[in-house]
Amino acid sequence: MTRQTSRNEAPAGADVATYALGLGDDVLVLAQRLSEWTARAPQLEDDVALLNIALDLVGQARNLLSLAGGRENPGRTEDDLAFWRDETEFRNAQIMELDGGDFGRTIARQFLVSAWHVPLWDGLRASTDPDLAAIAGKAVKEARYHVGYARHWLVRLGDGTPESRRRAQAGLEDVWPYVGELFEPDPVTERLVTAGAAPDPAVIEPVWREAVEAVLAEATLAVPPTVRRPTGGRRGVHTSAFGPLLAQMQHLHRSHPGASW
Amino acid sequence: MITRAGALHALESVTDPELPVLTIADLGILRDVRIDGDAVVVTITPTYSGCPAMAEIRSDVVAALTRAGAAAVTVDTALAPAWTTDWMSQQARDKLRAYGISPPTAGPSGPVDIPLSAVLGSLGARGRAAVGCPQCGSPDTEELSRFGSTSCKSLWRCRSCREPFDLFKDH
Ligand SMILES: [Zn+2]
Repeated sequence: MTRQTSRNEAPAGADVATYALGLGDDVLVLAQRLSEWTARAPQLEDDVALLNIALDLVGQARNLLSLAGGRENPGRTEDDLAFWRDETEFRNAQIMELDGGDFGRTIARQFLVSAWHVPLWDGLRASTDPDLAAIAGKAVKEARYHVGYARHWLVRLGDGTPESRRRAQAGLEDVWPYVGELFEPDPVTERLVTAGAAPDPAVIEPVWREAVEAVLAEATLAVPPTVRRPTGGRRGVHTSAFGPLLAQMQHLHRSHPGASW
Repeated sequence: MITRAGALHALESVTDPELPVLTIADLGILRDVRIDGDAVVVTITPTYSGCPAMAEIRSDVVAALTRAGAAAVTVDTALAPAWTTDWMSQQARDKLRAYGISPPTAGPSGPVDIPLSAVLGSLGARGRAAVGCPQCGSPDTEELSRFGSTSCKSLWRCRSCREPFDLFKDH
């Protein structure tokens, strides 16, 4: 039996599962990185802000991983996916797992990622897959607050003291080589774009770039040169920073399987 | 046996654990209540994706309806349409202010397109309605932090009476 894909046909469940897993791993891993700032941020308000952002991201991750696991056969729960996969089974983009470094690098990464999330979730609200659309409809509102917070700090650091400016620029240059992966085409996304289930990364990229360049100009920071580096997070290829993060995130659950409180 | 009116009445006792002056109906978290044979089927929606109060609200709904005589209770969670502060009743806004939290200033929400450039452009412009101090009513206030004690609040200060206060964020 042959099966033809047309624009109005519902996207294949396996493709939606793979796509949701990648986006869910992105926000799960980034939330874990942000939570490392607990009681360590420059001031109490930023402790609270970074953890509020992390909480939003964990909520988005739960929605996306539940969707991904539910579309698999046999299905897996959000906890199965978060705690019982090994490094090569995670599908997050590498920028999410990079060490948070100092506050300058954490803010630079958050700004670049949240500025990508806003048009991504905005586009996904129109997905032909109703579950993806529903998750994105909530996430976009949260991402607008996140990008506002990160932009505020990036401008304050960049247009601040010589030391804050130096650190913001250095943080930006540390994470910049990893942004290309966010817009990299892959067969699953391409099929979902054709089915009207996902926004086209090639449409999001110029929106992202224009906004990022405007804010960097406001922050008196230089746009780093484009550097091509090996990618592969969406295929399970990760950087050396990822293993220790995962060990910390999964340790409790693996030591006490099924524990709850 | 419980009627829909009886179920709605019972649910008036279910409040948000982080905002005990507001019921889940006040907040717009309660989306639907229907009777299906012996069972009550309740649909709720989270405020934020990561709202930590949802599990407690779910068990409070079951407890309240069971006390009121429901033989079985099903609580469904719906993500769409996405919750918005536009759903908060005037009564809820008045209760919030009396509790010391400035209510949402209305503003853009709901399923509208706000492109990234507009999101970033509006942040510096502060083109929204003035936030009134819930203690003294003065409109002379300033934002201290966009993220407050819970996901749904930001932290403000009144320049007239010098008191800090929470603002329920537009969403
Ligand atoms: Zn006042």
